[in-house]
Formats: sequence, structure tokens, C-alpha cells
Amino acid sequence: MSFVAQAITLATSSLHAMVPLSLTATGETFNEKAGSFNIGLEGTLLLSAFTAVIGAEATGSYFGGLIVGMLTGMLISLVFAVIAIYWKGDQMIIGIGVNLFALGFVAFGLIAVWKTPGHHGLANWYPPRIPTPIGALSPLVPFAVVMAIITYLLVNKTVFGLRVKASGENPESVDVAGLSVERIRLVSALFGGALAGIAGAYLSIDWLSFVTKEISAGRGFISLACVVFSGLDPLLAFGGAFLFGFSEAFAIFLASMPGGPPIPYFFVYMIPYIVSLVVVTGVIGRRRFPAALGTPYRRE
Amino acid sequence: MTQQKRSRVREYLSGMARPLGETALAIAIGLVGGAVIMLIWKYDPLHAYIALFKGAFGGVDEIASTLSMATPLILTALTFLIGVKAGLFIIGAEGQVYLGTVGAVAASLFVLPPGVHLLVALLFSMVVGALWSLPVAILKVTRGVHEVISCIMMNWIAVWLTRYMVNYPLVDPARSEKTITVAPTSRFPILIPRTELTLAIAVSIVAAIVIYYFLWHTSLGYQFRAVGLNPEASRYAGINQLRIIILSLVMGGMTAGLAGATQVVGRPPTWALYGTLANIMNLGFNGLAVAMIGRTHPIGSIFAAIFFGGLYTGARQMQVPGPSPSLPYIEQLGEVVRGTAGAGVTIELIGAVQGVIVLAVAVPGALDMLRKYLRRRRGR
Repeated sequence: MSFVAQAITLATSSLHAMVPLSLTATGETFNEKAGSFNIGLEGTLLLSAFTAVIGAEATGSYFGGLIVGMLTGMLISLVFAVIAIYWKGDQMIIGIGVNLFALGFVAFGLIAVWKTPGHHGLANWYPPRIPTPIGALSPLVPFAVVMAIITYLLVNKTVFGLRVKASGENPESVDVAGLSVERIRLVSALFGGALAGIAGAYLSIDWLSFVTKEISAGRGFISLACVVFSGLDPLLAFGGAFLFGFSEAFAIFLASMPGGPPIPYFFVYMIPYIVSLVVVTGVIGRRRFPAALGTPYRRE
Repeated sequence: MTQQKRSRVREYLSGMARPLGETALAIAIGLVGGAVIMLIWKYDPLHAYIALFKGAFGGVDEIASTLSMATPLILTALTFLIGVKAGLFIIGAEGQVYLGTVGAVAASLFVLPPGVHLLVALLFSMVVGALWSLPVAILKVTRGVHEVISCIMMNWIAVWLTRYMVNYPLVDPARSEKTITVAPTSRFPILIPRTELTLAIAVSIVAAIVIYYFLWHTSLGYQFRAVGLNPEASRYAGINQLRIIILSLVMGGMTAGLAGATQVVGRPPTWALYGTLANIMNLGFNGLAVAMIGRTHPIGSIFAAIFFGGLYTGARQMQVPGPSPSLPYIEQLGEVVRGTAGAGVTIELIGAVQGVIVLAVAVPGALDMLRKYLRRRRGR
């Protein structure tokens, strides 16, 4: 393979690796702007990747799968919102609960639905592809870009965005203005859940065409790192997702080099996580987070 | 017993009633959640839970197995709860367990007398676990990186580093799918022959008691709890918060490392770490659940760990194929009770049950909500 061809392969696989991170991170920036912190994204990705395959096989359509994945993400966010926002439960514990539940439920579900332990492939499955000069791309690649821009505009240029920011910074002011902090946070959580659900569906029915019990592989957590890196700016979160997508694609690229990787592939696979840690450490001092992030709103 | 003493005991017990009631409710919600999932896929929850109980506590061997499963969970629960008491959310036990295991196996590269060798293996695992928690502490203290983010990254780096260690430096030359078998001189003695239960359980329980004593009966432990309860006030009181952050992470790293060690030097018949890491996977994350069910209390965590140990052990019996559906239902139950049949439910369902329990624990004042709801229904 020539150098140019290799570079192009690396670029398209980076874009595909970016999609789930970008969608999840974009949605979570919105959720965190409103004041909630969801560490259950890993579980959301896993559960929606699983249900999307059921949806895709039941409807026989790519779109059907995406919708089922999205609805799954929203359902989990609804559970999160009810416990965290309305019942004022601890957001970290809820996130851990979702992650633990997803790990067990998906492993159980793979056997319950398809009688296959750990892995189920979609047969004769051809997700749609857009032909571009650098190769065939999933329609969710441009979708992820568009969603990052839309989220940015939603947060910064609309009245609703202003209310979202206010419920994260100073929920009392929202309450005094006669609006419901809970409802604004619920809508933001559902938005984040919908994007994470689509991201999960993308993993199974678009990118990989199979589902495994560990398909999310830490991507929910890396998305959180993207969010922290971005300081809750959706466009920067997108940039972070691209960086991590690139490092993931680069790791796979190195590991599959003819003649073996230059270093043991175990170290190659550490790259995305080391990059995350270094990047987050490098920018963290310059980031400011909403004052009420992670604290439930209680009327005085 | 004097009158005064008796009333103090009563006060203490009534103080325990609420947390115990809420925990029982959370567990009940988890089991109901599991039953709903089973019903959706047409498994029999009654069979499953009878088999689960029988598999976990049905005999000496089962109880030994349950206790042996609980051994590492007590220690990883300690990691999490030490953090919680100091106001940190440490989810890095997973990675620290991995490297602690590597440390304990690496001790077998040396030849030492029995007993001493075991101590060295435990020391190695604690030192390596603590070292793995240090970057989290340093990044938190110097750069303000949230411990959740750095723990997550350190966990994943640990996965790949451990896989490398298992596959290269510590690989068994005869069987490449696992590490070298740990030296017999570095093993815990087996308590009940032909079971997995070793003296390692004592180490876990002692560790829990030590941490309890430390947190509630020493001045440094008091500082931990002060920082966790009110960082502002503790700063005014002159408590060095950075020191508390570093110490809590290091202590947590030590108990997590020890948890890893118990899986190789304290658990027959393998006495080694598999290349898939299957025998240590999720111990750290399950420890979070244990700590939460144990109301983030060291002694509570011992009981919570035995409960979860029972779930994992009993799940094996639950997985045994169910009785023939053509039998009358009462005879089906009989087979499950005798243990000749299970319920055919995959082991992993337990993970889902565990997740629901943790979600239920997250609901504050769940008991009050239930009481209010029942009162409203009765009023109608």
C-alpha cells in the first residue's frame, strides 16, 4: 500500500472511530450545561448498541435500528432524570448503577435473544454508505458534525440554550423567572440520552455490523474525557472526539501493520487513553464548569 | 444490664433500622427487577432464586465458595469507601486490582521461605496498587483533574499493561494462556479442603476492621471524614486537604492491590492469572456496588460482600438447566430444591440485578417514598 492510500485509510477510519465519541460527548456537554453529570454513558452505549440490533433485525431497516437505539438512550436518561433530578439522588451512584446493569443485562440478553454467548453478528447487513473522494463514509459522519454545530447554536444562540446555561450556573434564577429547573434539566438529559443512544446504535448496526458484550469498550468514558477537555463547548468536544478517534484508529493501524507493530500491540492500545489523560491534564486549568454541576436543585 | 445501658443499646439499634431497611428494600427491588427480566424471556424466577440461594448457601462447600468470592470484594469496597469518606469518588480499584495481581505473581520470581514469601507477595501487591493510584492523586492535587476521569484512563491503561505482563514477562513457559503459577511458599493456607476458601478471608476482614478503627477512632481518620463532610470547614480548621487526598488514594490503592493478590495467592486451584484476566475482571467495579449496599461502612461492606459473593456463587447453580416443563410444577420445584435442576438462566443476569440494586440505593429516602405511597393507597 502506498503512503497516500495508507493515509486515506487512516483518515476514514479516524472519522468512523470519531462518530460515537462525538455524538455522546456533544450530547453530554448539553446535559452538563444544564447541571447534570452522567457517568452512565458507557452503559447507555452498550444497551443501545444491543437494542439497536434487535430493532434493526425486527424492522429489517437501518433506520429502525437507529430509532430503537435512540429511544433506548432516552429511556435510560429518563431513569437517570427521575432519580437524579426529581428525587435528588446521587448522580455518580446512578451512573455506576446504569453501567453495572448494562454489563449484566447485555451479556444476559445476547444469550436470551440469540443463544450466542458474548457475540452476535448481523447477517447480510449492508449499512448505507456515502461515496466520497476519501472513500465510503457512514451517513452518521456528517450527522455527527451537524449535531455538534446544532448543539453549539442551541446552547449559545437560543433562548432555550440560555435557560439551560442558567439552570447549570444559577438554578435559583431560573426558578425565580417562573421556569422549572427540573424540566429544563430533564429535556437536556433526554437530548444527551438520544445522542448517546444513536451513538450506541452506530457501533453495532453501522460501524461494526455485530454486537458483543463489551462493544462500548470504554467509549462512554472517553466521551466524558472529551467533555472535560472541551470545557462544555460542543465544537471543542467534537474536536476532542476527532483527536481520540484518530488515536484509536492509529492504534488499530499500528497494531495491524504488516510485519507486526513496532512495539508490542498492548502498548499501542494504551495510546488513546494516555492521549486522553495528557490532553485533559494539559487543558484542565483553563476550563470552567457550571457552578451547580452535579448538585440537585432544591428550592429554599 | 443497667437501665441506661439498655436504652443506649436500643438507641443504637433503632439508628441501624433505617439503613438496614433501605438496604433490604434496594435488594428487594433488584431481585424483582431481575425477575421481570427473566419473565420477559420466559425463565422461571422462582426456580432461579431457589437455585441461587441453594447454590450460595446450601452447604459447607457452597458457603466456603461464597466467602471466597467475598474476599476480594471486601477489599475493593474499602478502596471506594475510603475515598467517599474523604470526599473523593475513586473508581480506580479495577486497574489497581490488575496491577496488584501482577505484583503478587511477580513475587514468585524470588525464592523465599514460606510465610515470609506470602508477606512479600502481599507487600508487592499493596505497593504496586498504591503506585498505580499515585498519578490520580498527583493529577488531582497539582492540576485539579477530576479523579473519575483519571481513574477511568488509568483503568484502561492497566488493562493493557497487565495483559502485556501476563503475556510476556510473567508468562508460563508451558502454558501461554496464563502466568507462572505462584510459588507454594507464597500461598495462603486452605481453610476447608477441596474448596476455594483460604485464610485470605481473614486478611479482608481484618483490613475492614482496621479501616473502621482508622476512620472512626484515630485523629487522622477524623480528618478524612471532616474533609469528606465539609471541605470548607475542614480547611478553616487547618486540615491539610492535599495530604488527605493523597493518603486516601494511596490507602485505597493498597487495599485494591491486596484484593488482586488474594485472587492468585489466596484462591485455588489456579494460583495464577489468566491472560484474559477473567479471574480478576470487574472485581473493582463490583466493589463499588458492595460499598454502596454496605452503606459505605467497612463493617457493612463485609456483609454486603458476602451477599454479593453469594449471588455470584449461587448464579452457577442458577445456570444449570431447568427441570422438565412436562413435570407438575410442585415436582419441578422439588428438583430445584434438591439441586438436580437449576433454572437455565445465564450467570450474567446477576450483573443486571446488581445494577438495579445500585440504582435503588441511589434513590434517597426510598423507604419513606414507599411508606407514603402505601399510605396514599390505603387512604383511597
